[in-house]
Amino acid sequence: MADITYKVPTMAEMAANNETPEVLFWVGCAGSFDDRYKKVTVAFVKILNKAGVKFAVLGTEESCTGDPARRAGNEFTFQMLAMSNIQVLDMYGIKKIVTACPHCFNTLKNEYPELGGNYEVIHHSEYLQQLINEGRVRVEGGESFKGKKITFHDSCYLGRANDVYEAPRHVLESLDAELVEMKRCRTKGLCCGAGGGQMFKEPEAGKKDVNIERIEEALSTGADTIAVACPFCMVMMTDGLKNKEKEDTVKIYDLAELVAQAEGL
Amino acid sequence: MELLSQILFAIALAITGWLVYKRASTIKNTIALGKEEDRTDQPGRRLGIMMRVAFGQKKMFDRPIVGILHFAVYAGFLLINIEVLEIVIDGLSGKHRIFAPFLGSFYPILIGFFEFLAVGVLLACVIFLIRRTVIKTERLQPARHREMNGWPSLDGKIILIFEIVLMAAILTMNAADSVLQDLGSPHYTQTGNFAFSQFLKPLFANWTESGLIIYERVAWWIHILGIFAFAAYVTYSKHLHIALAFPNTYFTRLTPKGEMNNMPEITKEVKIMLGIENPAEGAGNEVPERFGAKDVPDLSWKNLMDAYSCTECGRCTSACPANLTGKKLSPRKIMMDTRDRLEDIGRNMNANGGKFVDDGKNLMGDYISEEEILACTTCNACVQECPILINPLDIILQLRRHQVMDESKAPGSWNMMFQNLDTNQAPWKFSPGDRFNWADAVK
Repeated sequence: MADITYKVPTMAEMAANNETPEVLFWVGCAGSFDDRYKKVTVAFVKILNKAGVKFAVLGTEESCTGDPARRAGNEFTFQMLAMSNIQVLDMYGIKKIVTACPHCFNTLKNEYPELGGNYEVIHHSEYLQQLINEGRVRVEGGESFKGKKITFHDSCYLGRANDVYEAPRHVLESLDAELVEMKRCRTKGLCCGAGGGQMFKEPEAGKKDVNIERIEEALSTGADTIAVACPFCMVMMTDGLKNKEKEDTVKIYDLAELVAQAEGL
Repeated sequence: MELLSQILFAIALAITGWLVYKRASTIKNTIALGKEEDRTDQPGRRLGIMMRVAFGQKKMFDRPIVGILHFAVYAGFLLINIEVLEIVIDGLSGKHRIFAPFLGSFYPILIGFFEFLAVGVLLACVIFLIRRTVIKTERLQPARHREMNGWPSLDGKIILIFEIVLMAAILTMNAADSVLQDLGSPHYTQTGNFAFSQFLKPLFANWTESGLIIYERVAWWIHILGIFAFAAYVTYSKHLHIALAFPNTYFTRLTPKGEMNNMPEITKEVKIMLGIENPAEGAGNEVPERFGAKDVPDLSWKNLMDAYSCTECGRCTSACPANLTGKKLSPRKIMMDTRDRLEDIGRNMNANGGKFVDDGKNLMGDYISEEEILACTTCNACVQECPILINPLDIILQLRRHQVMDESKAPGSWNMMFQNLDTNQAPWKFSPGDRFNWADAVK
């Protein structure tokens, strides 16, 4: 494949050129700072570039949506962050937002309207499905997933919180791999253990860590790839896999990374 | 003698009515302590949810075997009440099977149908009792779930035994009645045999007429007094869901499960801090005395109705990732603690002429511990599981708000996270200026 020059336009640049993006890519804190999830951000940006989507990011003008503060009970910090984000988004006249983080997705979509921020917000799993359905993303030209076994770990904030169960599965099906389900999937999906602020504290005393319980279930499917669609799930599942010393045989990828691989990006 | 039993019956009915009324008032008054919250929008959609989830028991069928058994008990309860109406009229008027002459040949068919339901209830209750005591369904075991210790576990068994006795009474009563009809006993209206109880007739084969009459009357009284006692008992029991499941599903949240309620009292302050709003505007906005919830009056009335509606089935707890991995949190316990607190407040109010006198206790701390609410991952599994749309998560989050904002009792690592958010706009210690550095890898 010929070298593509990837572009990551910021909203500030676009506004300066009097341009409006098709969609704003909300990167999120994990997507910006976490070394593992930065790869997902890059993969998604490559997909958007190849599909010719006119997108923009906020760059340094983006702040945390406030989700972890709100779930941990700190409404002041949440609302401070939310309000300043809304000011930025409204200043640029943003209409449509896509994000790879289910927590950002949930907060932007469901909790910003009450504070005056109204946008069409979609998760990258839904956006990827749309791009595939429209033929803008062709899942070909790269690695073949034929004969591979993939299991999908539902993120709580995508699934139960917002009833998005099928879009990520449709994306995975387009890879032509064998999709195997864990016993607890969709509405019954077991949490990775990181939601509700748990990502930022030690777990309470118990017999076992939640991510270990979940990785055991994922491994029991015999899948060689565990697909996730959330930065927190990515961290927790990766830790679980290390704990089980299975990093060499089983891989964990975000949906965007799998699509990028299939496209040879 | 006849008149005496009519009077006794009327007294029993009046006492039951009075007890149920008193309890209903206490329950209503304690629910009314909760904060206002409008749950009356979209009545059509709400009615649809109530019809599917409460009336049609949709979510119970997630677990098909238990769903069918529970449906048998539910249908039996609902329809056998029609027969209770006849029993009440008989009891007050001193007549016997007063509907029989009006319904003619349809009467035995109707009673046969009730007997069919009664057998269903009986079998289902026996199986439920076996599940609790012999098979030991995990989520119902006090040994594994401390909130089930003592009364809650006993309560579950009492109800099942109650129903088994009631159903056995009605079936044997009908059998004795049929035998009396065969003997041509004067008071016993000729209706013909009934569908199931005819097979119980051999039990009474060699009985004398007076023996049969005594048995039939005793069974009749056990059945109806049992139902009266049950009606009063239910108001103290987890079994209150038979009534509250309907309003509880009707008034459920219609917003996505992931959405947390906004706190408008904070929005105002934040707007002033960000300079979006002038402090002088909209004067008269006092700072609320409490953020989040410390005790039940800080919760919404719907949270409180949720607590009274809970049947302690434990589906929430059996799906809770924290509980599954041995943490102290149990969403069922959150609901049971909330109800226990309400019951304590109700008793306090009744003892003090309807006014609550401070007892120095709070839901947070005295009933629910910090360790429990800190273990929640807000995954919504408990909310998803509840067959009657109870939301334990909503209570947990309001308690957290109080702990963090009023008591400043966040764990140290959360305080670090808050600090990072306040200064770096990210939960980790990264410079906001580095937020876009990831793009260097592509550009």
